[in-house]
Amino acid sequence: MAEVKLFGCWYSRFSWRVEMALKLKGVEYEFIDEDLSNKSPLLLKYNPIHKKVPVLLHNGKPIAESSVIIEYIDETWEGPSILPQDPYERAMARFWVKFIDEKCGVAMWKAFSSPGEEGEKAIEEAAQLLKYLEEEIKGKKFFGGENIGLVDISANFIGYWFGIIQKIVGLELLTKEKYPNLCEWIDGYINHSFIKDNLPPKDKMTEAFKAYARPGY
Amino acid sequence: MADEVILLDTDFSIFGMRVRVALAEKGIEYEYREEDLANKSPLLLEMNPVHKKIPVLIHNKKPICESLIIVQYIDEVWKDKSPLLPSDPYQRAQSRFWADFIDKKMYMPGRKILWTPKGEEKEAGKKEFIESLKLLEGVLGEKPYFGGEDFGYVDVALITFYSWFYAYETIGEFSIEQHCPKLMEWAKRCMERESVSKSLADPHKICDTVLMLRKKHGVE
Repeated sequence: MAEVKLFGCWYSRFSWRVEMALKLKGVEYEFIDEDLSNKSPLLLKYNPIHKKVPVLLHNGKPIAESSVIIEYIDETWEGPSILPQDPYERAMARFWVKFIDEKCGVAMWKAFSSPGEEGEKAIEEAAQLLKYLEEEIKGKKFFGGENIGLVDISANFIGYWFGIIQKIVGLELLTKEKYPNLCEWIDGYINHSFIKDNLPPKDKMTEAFKAYARPGY
Repeated sequence: MADEVILLDTDFSIFGMRVRVALAEKGIEYEYREEDLANKSPLLLEMNPVHKKIPVLIHNKKPICESLIIVQYIDEVWKDKSPLLPSDPYQRAQSRFWADFIDKKMYMPGRKILWTPKGEEKEAGKKEFIESLKLLEGVLGEKPYFGGEDFGYVDVALITFYSWFYAYETIGEFSIEQHCPKLMEWAKRCMERESVSKSLADPHKICDTVLMLRKKHGVE
């Protein structure tokens, strides 16, 4: 019986992050791919509060919420550090992850999936918010510095997902012209030796996300 | 070299109070600066350019933003006194999960109770608010604190809402005690700690301010 199980979904940006964290630490795990339109009883049992993926099961004990899981992985297993060691750097890493998840990522998702005025407003908002990340990555190879860290892993939506989904709806939000530094980071990200072999295939992603695109695209 | 610690905050902020409680638990001396949110200081805008919000902790000139991130920072820097997060990684994960739950499932429903007129949205806010509190009461169980025997991270995350209970109850027309008696016992236990009683704002002043603002903006 596997000691570590991960309830996730192959195209979920949140469960991918947890997989990356586990792989970085060299942890063997069983991946249980959930059908998000028909969640398994086990998933609902292990995450009764939010009923979402990802959920990590370690020795039978469940942990939910991707950022909580990733910090748990970092603390539990040996291997390269995911979070920085310095408390100030850790606070900054947590700050940027929260910004990406609660502000930037939300606006970008709405820009892709919301119709009409809501979608238009979201495009404007996302364009503004991405500027902060453009500024933050300036002069750095990765958000984590010389190598990928928590923020890079958690910025997967920007690093890979969004490039695919914005094409579906013909949106030109994240472009080299508007965000040269961020796009340079993206190039480094998707070609990173560790990341590139773990990205879900583009054509499958395109098919999967068509269902979420704003109507009438 | 002495630490320079400045807190940019506002008196009634649920989030700012968390930082005050954490600083007090650790016995850290700091300078408190009250911000006027209608007229934000250049320092606030410089220290939190992304969100332009309080609280902001400035430690030796370096800013940290977002209340729970600040509390974790305080816990990690001043680690030799009154640890807020447990030492066991699984317990730490549970603490982080519940603090995140509090952020996601209490603040917005609370706002609906206070700032929407009588009707569906307000009732929905009330329902979600009470459900969240009941869930948290279940998590507390028979323990004296969410942290177990010791006051901890989740206690800090939740206790500051207590100063707003009177406002929620008055405007929402319901009794939290009636729904969650054990949670009220927990709150009173926390209030016996000086770090909490000195950091939380006066519930009556909060309620009066909300009532005044509701009148001003014509919320019925």
